Amino acid sequence: MKQENNKAHKFGMVIDLDKCTGCGSCMVSCMSENNVPFKEDESNKKDSITWMRVYKITNGKSFPDTEIVYLPRPCQHCGGKGDHGHSPCVSVCPATATDYGYDTGIVSQIYTRCFGCRYCMGACPYHARYFNWWDPKWPEGMENYLSPNVSPRMRGVVEKCSFCYHRYQAARDKAYVDGRDDIEEQEYQTACTTACPAGAIVFGDLNNPAHAVHQIVKPDPHPDPRNKHIVGKSRNPNVFRLLERLGTNPKVYYLSEREWVRKAGDNYLEGEWDEIKNHHGSSSHD
Amino acid sequence: MDSALIPEGAKRCSFPKFAIGIAIVGAVLLWGVYAMFLCWFKGLNQTNMNDYYGFALWIWADLAVIAVGGGAFFTGLLKYIFKVDELKNIINFAVIIGFICYSSALLILAIDIGQPLRGWFIFWHANVHSMLTEVAFCLSCYFAVLTIEFIPNILENRQVNRVPFFHHLAHNMHGVMAIFAATGAFLSFFHQGSLGGVAGVMFGRPFAVREGLLIWPWTFFLFTWSAAAFGPCFTLLVAKITETITGKKLVKDNVVHLLAKISGWMITTYIIAKIIDTIYWATVTIPSLGFKLSHFYTNNSFYGYWILITEVVLCGVVPGALLIIKSTRENPTLRLIAIVLGVIGVCLNRWVMVLQIMAVPVMSFDTWALYIPSWQEIATTILPVAYGIILIAITYRYLPVFPQEQELNSIEPATEAE
Repeated sequence: MKQENNKAHKFGMVIDLDKCTGCGSCMVSCMSENNVPFKEDESNKKDSITWMRVYKITNGKSFPDTEIVYLPRPCQHCGGKGDHGHSPCVSVCPATATDYGYDTGIVSQIYTRCFGCRYCMGACPYHARYFNWWDPKWPEGMENYLSPNVSPRMRGVVEKCSFCYHRYQAARDKAYVDGRDDIEEQEYQTACTTACPAGAIVFGDLNNPAHAVHQIVKPDPHPDPRNKHIVGKSRNPNVFRLLERLGTNPKVYYLSEREWVRKAGDNYLEGEWDEIKNHHGSSSHD
Repeated sequence: MDSALIPEGAKRCSFPKFAIGIAIVGAVLLWGVYAMFLCWFKGLNQTNMNDYYGFALWIWADLAVIAVGGGAFFTGLLKYIFKVDELKNIINFAVIIGFICYSSALLILAIDIGQPLRGWFIFWHANVHSMLTEVAFCLSCYFAVLTIEFIPNILENRQVNRVPFFHHLAHNMHGVMAIFAATGAFLSFFHQGSLGGVAGVMFGRPFAVREGLLIWPWTFFLFTWSAAAFGPCFTLLVAKITETITGKKLVKDNVVHLLAKISGWMITTYIIAKIIDTIYWATVTIPSLGFKLSHFYTNNSFYGYWILITEVVLCGVVPGALLIIKSTRENPTLRLIAIVLGVIGVCLNRWVMVLQIMAVPVMSFDTWALYIPSWQEIATTILPVAYGIILIAITYRYLPVFPQEQELNSIEPATEAE
C-alpha cells in the first residue's frame, strides 16, 4: 500500500524572545535527541557542535538601561530567494548532500553523501552548520542512551538541525497506521519545542491556518513589494526573521515586543529602521 | 652520471650538486607529506579551521595556484589560437608551471575535504546548481589537457626521443596541440570563472555576493580575467627565478617584453572592471542589504581599508601601468617589480575572496572571527611549492624546456654535459 501525503507542509517555528530565559534546555534536549557528540572541553564554541545555539544579545546601553535578550538559533531552514527552495546551502552543495524538501520545507543533510567540502558552512550566514572535526565519542556507557532513530555522524561531514525530522517520520507512520492522511499539529513537535520550560517555542505548519505558528506569524503569501525575493514576511508587527533582507527566507521567526530586539534581527543603514519598522509585507501597501 | 639524459648541448650543474639541492627541497616536501598524512589519518582537527572558517588557508592556496597557473591556458591560447608565434619560446615552461599549479590544486582539495575517499561523489552526485561542481569537472578535465600538453615535452628527452615511436608521437602531438589549447582555454574560462562564482553566489554573505549576468555573478568574469592577466606575470616571475638560479639567460627579451605587454594590458583592463565592480558593490549592492562599506573594513584587528587599496591600487593599477608603458616594461628592475606586485595582487584578491568573507560578521550581534593556521596547514600549503621547485628542477635538467637556451648561452653543440 502506498503512503501518500499530497498536501505540502511548510514547517516552521516562532520563538518568543520575551519569554526565553536563556536556560539552555533547548540546546540540551536537541543534543540528546539528535545524538550530537561533544568534546571534553567545550569552551571553544567555534568548533563545537550546537545545532541549537543560544546567543546572548544586549541593547548596548549601560546600567541601569541595560537589557538582555537570549536568542535561540536553530537551522533557519531557508527557502532561498523567492522561497523556491534554493537555500544558501542547498544551492551550493556540489554533491547534493543537502536537500530541500518541497513537501515539508525542511532542509535536510545526507550524512553518507557529504564529503566534507564545507561550502555550505561558508554560504550560511547564521553559522547553523557544523563540521565533525573529530570522531564522535561519548563517555563510556553513555552510548546506551543514544537515540536509535537518529544516525550518529562520522568525522569529516557537516551536520545541522533537522527540525527533528525523525519525529515527523514517526508521526507520519503513526498516521498511516491509524488510516489518516495527515498528521496532527501536536504529533510532530521538535525536541527543543517540547523541552522549553517557558513555552517560548511554537512549532507547526506555516501553511496551515489552524496551527498556532501560522496564527502568530500570519505569513504574507505574497512577495514583499520592497524586495521581491522576500516571501512569507510576517504580518504580525512584533515578528521578524534573522537577516530577512538577504532574501534567505528562513522558516524560523522571532517574536518580541521590544523594538531594539526586532532591530537586532537585521542590518540597517542609519535612519533606515524608522522607515522600515512599520512595514509588514504586502498588506502594508493595501 | 646522468649526462646521457641531459639535453644535447646543454650545460647543467654536477649531479651531486643537483642531488643536494633536491634533497634540501625534498626535506621540506617530506615535512608537508607528513602533515598531509596527519590530516588524512587523524582528520581536519589537525588544522585550526573551525565552524566559522570552513574555508581557510588551503582554499586560498588552491585559488591562488589556479590563478597564477592561468599563464598556461592564456599563453597557450595566444600561441596556438591567436598565433602569437614568439610565445613558442616560453610555452613549454608555461605548461609546466600550469601542470604544477593544477596538480597542486587537486592535491590540496584532496587534503581539504573531510572525507577524501568520497571525493568522487562530486562527480557521481553532481549538483548542477553548484559552482563547485563546475569547478571540479573543469579542473579535472583541464588537468588532463595540461598533462597532454606536457607529454610532448617529456617525450623530447634525449633518451626517450631516440625511440622512434615516441619521437613521432611527440611530433604528431605538437601538430594537434591547437585543439588541446582551445579545449584548455574553454575549460579554463569556466573553472577560473566558477571559482569566482563560488564566492559571488553566496547571497547569504554580503561581502561576497555580486549581481551578474544570467547565472554568473560578476566575480565569475573577474576571476577568469584576472587569471589571464596575472598568470603570465607568474610565468615570467618563475622564468626570472630560474634564470637567476641557473645563472643563464633562458628566454629572449623580446618574448619577455611581449608577454609582459599583453599581461599589462590585461591587468589594466581587469583592474578597471574590478574598480567598477567594487564601486557598484559598495554603493548599490551592500546598502540594499543594510550594510555600509566601513562594516567590512573596521572594528577588527586585521582587515582594514589597507587590504582593498593594496589589492586594487598597489598590486593592480601600479603593475598594470608599469607593464603597458614601454620604457618601464623594458626596464628589468621595474618589470620585475611589476610582475611581483601583480602576483601578490592576484593572490591577495583570492585571500580576500576566501578568508575575509569568512571573517566578516553578518548577523548584527555576531563578531569578527580571525584565524591563524596550524603548522599542519602551513606545511601542506608549502608542500606544493616544494613539489613545484623539484619538478621544475628535474624538467629543466632533463628536458629541452627553453628552445632559446642554447642560442642565448652559445654552448658548443658537440660538448657532452658534465
